[in-house]
Amino acid sequence: MHLGRTARIALRAGAALGFAVIYVPLLLVLVNSFSPDRSASWPPPGLTGHWWSVAVHNSGARQALWVSVKAGLGATAIALVLGTLIAFAVTRHRFFGRDTVSFVVVLPIALPGIVTGIALNSAFGTVLQPLGVGLGLFTVIVGHATFCIVVVFNNVAARLRRSAASYEEAAMDLGATSFRAFADVTFPLVRSALLAGGLLAFALSFDEIVVTTFTAGPGIETLPIWIFDNMTRPQQAPVVNVVAAVLVLLSVIPIYVAQRLSGDTATSSRV
Amino acid sequence: MATDANAAAGRGSVRRLAGSLHRRPRLRLALLLSAPLLWLAVLYLGSLAVLFASAFWTTNSFTSQVVRVWTTDNFHELFTTPVFREVVVRSVGVALAVTALCAVLAFPVAFYTARVARPRWRPLLVVAILTPLWASYLVKVYAWRLILSQGGLADWLLAPFGLSGPGFGLPATVLTLTYLWLPYMILPIHTALAQLPANLLDASADLGARAGRTFRSVVLPMVLPSVAAGSVFTFSLSLGDYITVQIVGGKTQLIGNLVYSDIELNLPMAAALGTVPVVVIVLYLLAIRRTGALNSL
Repeated sequence: MHLGRTARIALRAGAALGFAVIYVPLLLVLVNSFSPDRSASWPPPGLTGHWWSVAVHNSGARQALWVSVKAGLGATAIALVLGTLIAFAVTRHRFFGRDTVSFVVVLPIALPGIVTGIALNSAFGTVLQPLGVGLGLFTVIVGHATFCIVVVFNNVAARLRRSAASYEEAAMDLGATSFRAFADVTFPLVRSALLAGGLLAFALSFDEIVVTTFTAGPGIETLPIWIFDNMTRPQQAPVVNVVAAVLVLLSVIPIYVAQRLSGDTATSSRV
Repeated sequence: MATDANAAAGRGSVRRLAGSLHRRPRLRLALLLSAPLLWLAVLYLGSLAVLFASAFWTTNSFTSQVVRVWTTDNFHELFTTPVFREVVVRSVGVALAVTALCAVLAFPVAFYTARVARPRWRPLLVVAILTPLWASYLVKVYAWRLILSQGGLADWLLAPFGLSGPGFGLPATVLTLTYLWLPYMILPIHTALAQLPANLLDASADLGARAGRTFRSVVLPMVLPSVAAGSVFTFSLSLGDYITVQIVGGKTQLIGNLVYSDIELNLPMAAALGTVPVVVIVLYLLAIRRTGALNSL
């Protein structure tokens, strides 16, 4: 399409505006963490690193970060195992109800978080409570793993679809057992897909708030829950600002890793 | 010697196990699927089923305990109470407004990144679109709380024009949700535009169409399925949201807020309310499926 000069300029301006809208709020969070003021007034009256040193010693935020990491690692581990199993079943076998399986995997992330949240909450209440197991970190991990399975499944299944089963068959023709063929041929093929899926799963879990609200026991506070609880307290605002800024900075890590992994799976679906 | 023999025997049994598994694909499939299906079908679908069944139960009005008596009272209340109807209409309206805004904002950005920018820069620009998706949801909402708060960036920007920011409320909610889900709309449109064959555009120009006509008659029809695909995210994510509304919505209530406020005291009613977004999303997906957009997800 041969765009006129004005059309090109208009598109450039529109795109520039779009990117500005995307990035200005994130930059604002960074700048605001250095504001000496407790309010969010703009422009900030000055810049100070004071709140950063206060935030480093904030035990509530540090504890919440630690809980988030533990929940993320637990959920990612479960999702990696279950997602990979389903991916192999769906791509390497034909069976009745195969499409249904793929659908059920997506469901936990397609339905509103609050529906998943209260469903799990009342299920835990009726099944686990009589057994003497209350809500806690364990139930958070179970809840998170449920919606993390899909990202591992998507990544691994996409990789398996593109790599033919003939490689494994060739290995077995050469005398490898199916375990050996898996370890030497299949696993190296899917390794980067597992990494990408695991990364996405961890990010998804680390960021989740709704399902967490309904599956966390008393005293279990993940970082998003901590931010949410402290956001409206003027006293805590500067520390929340710093934590928010740290999270913006941390989001660069997965992008870097995703770019290092061969682009195809990592950049495709966050969902 | 003995250990060698043991190792050999071990290898032999591994080989036998591998062989017997290899000969029984059904058994392999069962082993692969049993754990994940136990998790997803029993734990997750089971919980969902019980939740939706509980929408037909009621509560003891004194103790708030769930009473398992079959009744359609909750749904009757849902359809007849004006407040509920109002909130449902408002929630669907917000989801549609967010979707429309996202589509309008996404188009110029996607057009630039897919066809106008130098090809060398395009992958980098895609990364730039993806990056905010990795930033925390809550932090992004918080950023808008900062922008829209009194004396914040919005007020400061609009002050020279004698205006003030929208403050917290329904417009703030729509704005923030649009910001949150915008990348989900840009990406599919970018992909569709990038895959648009250049010779179709040339053919249109050869036949005398100007840029505007080519856009309307060639580009738009080919990109619409991707807009629909993106809208699945913007629509369903907006419809289920209740956190954003709590943070920037002022007193605004959406379906999610009603569900949330009913959970403690009236779980059956919360469950009945929870079916509304699910049903609307399923209807939306069915409508979208007719356009064939789900294949391009």
